[in-house]
Amino acid sequence: MIEYADFECPYCASLCARLSGVKLRHAFRHFPVRSSHPRAWAAACAAEAAALQGRFWEMHDLLFADEGRLEDPHLWERARTLALDLKRFDADRHSEEVRARVRRDFESGVRAGVVTTPTVFAAGRMYAGRLGLEDLRAFGG
Amino acid sequence: MSATPQPSTEAGSPASGSEGAPASPAGLLQAGEPAPEFTLRRGDGSEFTRADLEGRTTVLVFYPFAFSPVCTDQLNLYNDVLGELEAQGATLYGVSCDATYSQTAFQEKLGVRIEQLSDFEPKGAACRAFGAYDPGGFAQRALVIVGPDGIVKWSFQAASPGDLPGANLIFDGLGGG
Repeated sequence: MIEYADFECPYCASLCARLSGVKLRHAFRHFPVRSSHPRAWAAACAAEAAALQGRFWEMHDLLFADEGRLEDPHLWERARTLALDLKRFDADRHSEEVRARVRRDFESGVRAGVVTTPTVFAAGRMYAGRLGLEDLRAFGG
Repeated sequence: MSATPQPSTEAGSPASGSEGAPASPAGLLQAGEPAPEFTLRRGDGSEFTRADLEGRTTVLVFYPFAFSPVCTDQLNLYNDVLGELEAQGATLYGVSCDATYSQTAFQEKLGVRIEQLSDFEPKGAACRAFGAYDPGGFAQRALVIVGPDGIVKWSFQAASPGDLPGANLIFDGLGGG
């Protein structure tokens, strides 16, 4: 499945929790709508900065685990928890490379018709909004 | 991450324009038809008329109600790709039957750059002229692209007011893919 989501979206966090018990190949793409979720863009960049140190999914899980704490100090705290190189993390999350990566994901979602989060593409279909566990099982096997 | 996802048919399909799907009962203007004479109000109370469409490509985003959930998501989403749409030479406007003060408050709350045009009085007259007025007393959720020549280039009506047309449709309608 390909998931478009943002780290400030409660339904995305719920989906993240539900996916923990489902076996499937999962690709995550950023879809932060800035005017709805003003901290989602920075959180997406934090996840990509963690990815540059090989810890994307761990940061992904930590971000969804506490969406109420997404300010800079909270992001640094997560980076410390993952034992990231903090100086590099901070430089990377503000870098043009990381911004471009997030923007590329967002634009790919726009062009694919994504209008809300989470949106999942799986088994040849698009599922927008809240997904039930049965939906996940249906295409997760 | 290598596959390119495609929207499912459930995401909505063009209801008019070159795609040839069924038109709305109210008859949303079709590609090739001239834009009608109309008068809308800008946020400062000045008029916005057919003459303001000439010489540039305009995207009119008809939406039902300021501050409603889907309209909020719609303007937020379009605002995030406004730069790309402008790069293709398009100017976007939000159109609803709300009063200018309501639209201005809505725009300020969202923090979006998309200029708002009011069809408050006579209520819905411009929406009717475009075929985008719902008998329930609000603008139907529709998109109309008018070319620099004042001719409708493309139009789309959502299957229901609760459906949010993706910004990809606008890019497709503009011809930029």
